[in-house]
Parts: sequence; C-alpha cells; structure tokens
Amino acid sequence: MKIVTAGNYGGRIRSDCQVMIEPTRQGGIEIELVSKVKALYGRGMIAQIQRAMDHFTIQNARVSLHDSGALPWVIDARLEAAVRQLSDVKDELLSPLAYPGSAPSTRDRRRCSRLYLPGNSPSLMINAYLHRPDGLILDLEDAVAPDKKPEARMLVRNALRSLNFGHSEKMVRINQGAVGIDDLNWIVPHGVDLILLPKCESPDAVIAVDEKIRQLCQTYEIDREIWIMPIIESALGIERAYAIATATHSVVAMAIGLEDFTADLGVVRTPEGAESLYARHALVNACKAAGIQAIDSVFSDVEDMEGLKANVLKSKSLGFDGMGCIHPRQIRVIQEGFAPTAEEIEKAKRIVLAFMEARKKGLGVVALGSKMIDPPVVKRAERVIGQAVQQGLLPDNWHLTME
Amino acid sequence: MTKKYDQLTINAAGREVPCEINGKKAIPYQGVGQYKPEGKKYGPSIPSCADYPADGNKLVGSLREALVKCGLKDGMTISTHHHFRDGDLLANQIFDIAHDLGIRDLVWAPSASFPCHEHLIQYLEDGTISRIEGSMNGPLGRFTSQGRMKGMAVLRSHGGRYQAIQDGDLKIDITVIGAACADPFGNANGLFGTSTSGSIGFALADSQYADRVIVVTDNLIPFPCVPWQIQGNYVDCTVLMDQIGIPEKIVSGTTQITKSPDRLLIAELTARFCEATGIIHEGFSFQSGAGGTSLAVGDFFHQIMKEKGIRARFARGGSNLYLVKMLEEGYIDYILDGQTFDLHGVKSMADNPRHVATSPFTSYNYHGKGNFAGMVDVAILGATEIDLNFNANVVTHSDGYLLHGIGGWQNCLFSKTVILPIPLFRDRIPIIVDQVTTLCGPGELIDVIVTERGIAINPLREDLLTAVEGKGLPIRTINELYEEAVALCGKPEKPEFEDEIVAVVKWVDGTLLDSIRRVRE
Repeated sequence: MKIVTAGNYGGRIRSDCQVMIEPTRQGGIEIELVSKVKALYGRGMIAQIQRAMDHFTIQNARVSLHDSGALPWVIDARLEAAVRQLSDVKDELLSPLAYPGSAPSTRDRRRCSRLYLPGNSPSLMINAYLHRPDGLILDLEDAVAPDKKPEARMLVRNALRSLNFGHSEKMVRINQGAVGIDDLNWIVPHGVDLILLPKCESPDAVIAVDEKIRQLCQTYEIDREIWIMPIIESALGIERAYAIATATHSVVAMAIGLEDFTADLGVVRTPEGAESLYARHALVNACKAAGIQAIDSVFSDVEDMEGLKANVLKSKSLGFDGMGCIHPRQIRVIQEGFAPTAEEIEKAKRIVLAFMEARKKGLGVVALGSKMIDPPVVKRAERVIGQAVQQGLLPDNWHLTME
Repeated sequence: MTKKYDQLTINAAGREVPCEINGKKAIPYQGVGQYKPEGKKYGPSIPSCADYPADGNKLVGSLREALVKCGLKDGMTISTHHHFRDGDLLANQIFDIAHDLGIRDLVWAPSASFPCHEHLIQYLEDGTISRIEGSMNGPLGRFTSQGRMKGMAVLRSHGGRYQAIQDGDLKIDITVIGAACADPFGNANGLFGTSTSGSIGFALADSQYADRVIVVTDNLIPFPCVPWQIQGNYVDCTVLMDQIGIPEKIVSGTTQITKSPDRLLIAELTARFCEATGIIHEGFSFQSGAGGTSLAVGDFFHQIMKEKGIRARFARGGSNLYLVKMLEEGYIDYILDGQTFDLHGVKSMADNPRHVATSPFTSYNYHGKGNFAGMVDVAILGATEIDLNFNANVVTHSDGYLLHGIGGWQNCLFSKTVILPIPLFRDRIPIIVDQVTTLCGPGELIDVIVTERGIAINPLREDLLTAVEGKGLPIRTINELYEEAVALCGKPEKPEFEDEIVAVVKWVDGTLLDSIRRVRE
C-alpha cells in the first residue's frame, strides 16, 4: 500500500515534524515516535496521534512521527496533511481556538510594517508577533514550494486558530487564480483579517476573491469584515491600478511588488529604483485617489540596515504608508522611518492647536503667527498627529498637556 | 572498594542527599550563609630548596617522565584546567600515560570538562579513572547519568573548587598546569605563544595546594616569565611539548553577538530593565558571559552607557572583543577577567594594565575574607530550568541527563542583582517548570527572569518591583509565564529516574545541595 508523508524533519529544521503513514490491513495503529522532547511530551504525542487516527476513523496503520519540537497545532496539521493524501476526507482536524474573541480589524488601522512568514515553516511563526509588526502575513504563495502548498494550507489554518498574533493584524497571502480562491476555503472561517492577492492585474480578480469571501462568511456565519490588499506586480496592473483599488469596498490597501514588476518590464531592479519610479508614483496616486493605504515593495537585503533606512525615507517621501518586511529586524527601521519626525510632530501640534483655538473663538480663518493656514494643511497636520498618537510618540490627551 | 554513597538525609532545601560520598562524610546544605566551617585550611607538605635544582632549571624530558617523577600511582587525584577549552590536548595524554603505566582508580579533578574529553570514557570504563570531581559536560555527563561511573561524581562551581582544595575536601596529588608561556623554573602565564588563553587563574589553587605541580608549555622562554600568573616556587617540574592546545578551539566560546531576532529581543529587554531600574548608573559594575545573548546584553549596555554618558567602574569577564572595546573607549575603568574568550581579550590583558587577570580565589572563594562576586551590581547568567520559586538548574536538561558543569554560575548568584535572560521555551522545551530537575541555585538569590514574553521579578525584590512601575516594561509573575508556556507547549511529563544517585551538586560552601540520579533508559 502507498506510504504518505507530510511536514519537514532533519537538518536545521526545528519546531516542525514529519508524519509518515502506511495503511495496514490489521494490527491497529502502530506508532513510532522519534523526538528530542520524547521525555517531556512522549505520552501526549502518542495520544495525539491516536486521537487523530480516531478522528479520521483510520483503524489500521503504521504511523511514524519524527519531531524536532513541533507544537501540538503543528503536529495536528501534519497528521491531517498526511491523511488527506490517502483519501479525500471531508472533515478537518482543527486545532483549538487559542485566542477567541480577538477584535476584528478596522479599515483604517495602521499597516505600516507587515512581516512575511513562509506558510510552511512553523519555527518562524511562533515568536513573530513579539517583534510587534502591524501585520503578520502567513504566505501561501511564493514562500512555499509547489509540492508543499497543500500541507501549508492546514498549517496556516491552524496557525490562524492557535498562534498568538498579539496586536498584529492576521493576514494571509493566497495564491493567484483558482488555487487562490480555493485557498480561501481553508482560511476565511478561521479568523483571518486581511487577504493579500498577489500579481493582481484586474478588478475582476479582486471581485472574485471578494465574492468567495462573502459566500464563506455567509456559510460560516462570520460577521467580521475581511479586507483585501491587492499586490500589483506587472505593467498591466499598474495601468489598471485605480480600477483595482476601487473594485470593491473591502480593498483597504494596495501594494507594489517590484521584483516581478521589473521582471515584467525586462529591466534590472536597482537600489535607486529609477526604473520603477513611474509605477510607484502611479500606485501611490491610485491609492490616494481611492482613499486607501499605499504599500511599498519589500527590501530584500536583510543585512543592509542603512540601505533599508534610505529606501524607507524615499518611500515615505513618495507618499507610501508602509512597506513589507521579510525579517523581524526590518520592522523597527520601517516603523521608525515612516513615523513622523519630532519636527513634523511639533509643527503639526502648533497647527492643530491653532485650529482648535480658532474654532473655539468661532473664527473661520486659522492663523499661526502671521501665516494663514488652509484646510488641507490642517488635515495633513491632523494626520501626522493621528500617526504620532497611534505609534505612542504622543499621548492621547496631548493637547491637554501642552503649555 | 569504597561505597559510592551511604544513607540519605533531607537538606535545608528539601532535597535528598547522601550523608557520605566516596567514603567521606558529607555535610548537607544548610541554607545560604548558614554553614560555618571549623578548623584549619589544608597544608601541603613543606618542601626544601635543597631538593630542587639550584639553577632553577626544573625541565624534564617528557610529560610521562614528569608524572613518574611526581610519583603517579593507583588511587591518586590528578587535576587539570579548562583554559584550553575544547582545544585541550593535555588531559587526554595524562590518562593515556597512566593507562600505559597500568595505573588504576585515579580521580580526575578538572576545573571543567569539554566534548574533547570524550576520549576519557574508555578509561572510566576500564578502571584507570574511577570518578570525576569537577564538571561533566556533554558525553561525560551522559556517561555519568547512565550510571556507568564507578565512583560518585561531584559537581562544584569554580569558587567551590577553590574552597574544596583550600579546605582539604579535595586533596590533589598531582596537578598538570598547561600554560601558553613558561620558564624552566615554572613561572607561567597564558598570555604569549600559540596556545594563549589569557588568564590561567583556574590553576591557582592547584599550584598552591597540590602535593606535586607540573607546568607544561609549548612556548618555553628563559627565566623570568612575567607576569607570573603561576609562581614557579610552587612548581616541581616543567615540561616542554610541541603543542598543548589547538588555538582555534581554545576560543571556542561563542564570540559573536547573536543574530537571532528573538534572542536580541530578550537581550534588549534585559538592558532596558537595567536602565529603567537604575542598575546602569555611574560607577556600576556588571558581569556577563560568553553566549550570544550575553554578548548582546553587553552591547545594549554599551549603547545605553554611550547615550547617557555613564561609565562602569569594572566589568567581570569572560572578556571578549566587545568588553575590550568598552574598556578602550573609556566606558569601563577595569576588566577583572576570570577567563578570556577571544584573542582580543588575550591581547588586551597582555597590553592594558586595566585589564586584570583574576582567579577563583579573588572572585569566588566562599571560604575567604570576602570575594568580588558580592560587589558586582548585576550578573547576567543562564539556566536550563527555573522553577516557580526562582530556583534554578544549570547542570541537567529537562530530559534528566547531566550535560553541563556549574562554572562560576553559583558564585555569581551573590551579586546584587542576578538576571537570567532566557527564552520561555525553545522547540517545545520549556525553561520555567513547576520544579527544577536538579537544584543548583536557591531561588532567594535569583532576582529576575527575562523572557521574550515578559519579565518576572522575584517577589523578595520589592525594590525592583517598585522601580519598574510605570516604566512600560512587560512585567509578569513567574506563574503567569509558566502558565503561558504550558498553554503553548503542553504540560511536560517528568523524566524518569532510578533510585541510584550518580552525582552530587555541591554548594559554594562545600555542603551538598542536591543529588543527580541515574536516568531510566
């Protein structure tokens, strides 16, 4: 009979496990367990395997588990992924909802720093929230090898249920096209806040995703909003940026992916980025016109903090609101880079105070010293204050503590 | 054949320990600072210059000749030191020679052992060596935990080793001291040559109290060898060999700041804690080790000190590039160095009068008129397990196997604030447990646990609890941290042990703190 395997084991892989199942005709469930934490959790792991076999009503099989310290929700995902290769079972083996009642995310929440996590690598997921990114992206697309895509779905689903996201928004990057639509079946019922839609080239792709989400929300009686962030990665996508940004109400941000974009253009991606300047301008403009957040491409050299910082400042000056992160150490540089500077905050405080003062006195015209201040200036200042408060650079009641 | 141990009693920490080990009466742990020794220190026999070459040339032809000359025989205690760490070439050769001579039942008393000493397992099995008193790392630890050592293994801290030798608890017949540089008279240091290790202070007690002292070098220079970290007046004979250590393995401690974002987070939290509580203040002192996280803590200290213009009066090393940089930039007045972790440390100790070699006598010995450990404001240490009463374990792993020595860890617990920066769990192995497998340090001496998921302060430290109020640090109780670990990893089962005791853990005053039992396999 055929032997199936799922998961990863060996070499430098940690916090993961590999499950092998060989169906047999008799003899019940025989379990082989190899684990460096066998002395600590051996009995529990054997019971967990037995429970999974019962769940899927498998009566006879040799099951072997090679483990390097996988958490229980990871083991469950690997067991299920192996069983699914044997037969097309309907029932899922869901890990417990560890943080029930987490608040749904809002349209305008900050999405400045979002950390990508490969969807089939549990070791990188477990502590990710501790680095306090605005969002954690469980990636089902490019960070997962093609033959591992099916098992990554179960791992990502269980992560959505059992992993601590802290204050980070729960995001998943799905695959393109039909596979991506199918991905949604695995994640929408389990607490995801936002879907990243890669290589998006048309409003239709967004609408298809949105409709599938609506359908699933109805089936599973989910009343929280699930947002969409299309990623534009081609010349055609840039040309249609505004239509994509406004395709549905659930689009709250749009990102640009420069590796694929420059490949599409047939040019080399340079640190200065002259080749993508038009695209970045176009994307920012489309986002601002649509009233959504504009997100810049990731910076791929995780050692080069100075280069990242320069890139962030450039990005901010173009009008972007944030940038993807591919390593936890990039998070702080990105957050600090996009945050308003002390000077910007001081200036904004004076403008907003003057505006409040003028309103209190019933004045229609706001003046700061001898200068008249136009409404858009006040709006920008309010935006800066809002960002500063959100990032803890200013207390909520800052105007009360002012001299 | 003496019994490994006899009759058990419960000590002041509630742990079961033998009343007698290896045929000698043992004193159970009585609490921190409770046991007061009586009597005189150990005195080796009085030598006479008449028995030594008047021209000071004590060179003999080989290590074998030296051992024979020193009267190597059955049942003796032979000591060595870990200055060459995993690059040590001496200890294995000593026992090769002993085996060759057909000598049996030796006791090996190293200041620490390393994986390279796995070679000695054959001699523990064939009876050349009967037991180890000191430390059992890696393969030797596993061997001990399997109950395969003939005698009872004894674990001591660096300070406890000095105490035991000074007090006569551990009587050394022959010590072999490897030194990067020595003269024919026996003056020696670890500063010059190819096998440099910086300080060779771990050999001080042995030079003073062992009956016979052999100095071995691969860099013999004419008298005088200065500075004389080891004084030739204690030395019986000197030996020149081709090579005594493998240089690249001598500096085998972790000498790079960690790049792991999770460990950096823990290190940064530790430094922020020290900043918020005022531990980092003008004229303060600190001790930190060689691990990647410890180095990162030191680096964050450096940044804070730079920002605030703070200088430390002294740092206790484990010196390395980063500590040396702080010394040279003027952020530390002195490095008091117990062991040197890289060549930058060695060079600095040789060149800079403010980088001072220390020994377990000055730093750690509990049976002295004070020691340096208590003067240190903050010590950053590690642990394999910590329990809900802040008791900690550094020698056994959660699977029950003995894998590490105590090092200077117990001694450093006497610093004013002891902080253990550790991950709450790693690959499902929890660090905070309901009860430690082996007790190495009483909780009353352990003040703060810093994990990536929050900081727990020992309730005894009301001053620290007050100091962190309103500072925005993630302060939690140790029970909360424990419960979070259990929620994520599951409640761990306990490793299973046989009744047989295979090793004992000594406290800094020579009393028995805990017993280690044979692992059920």
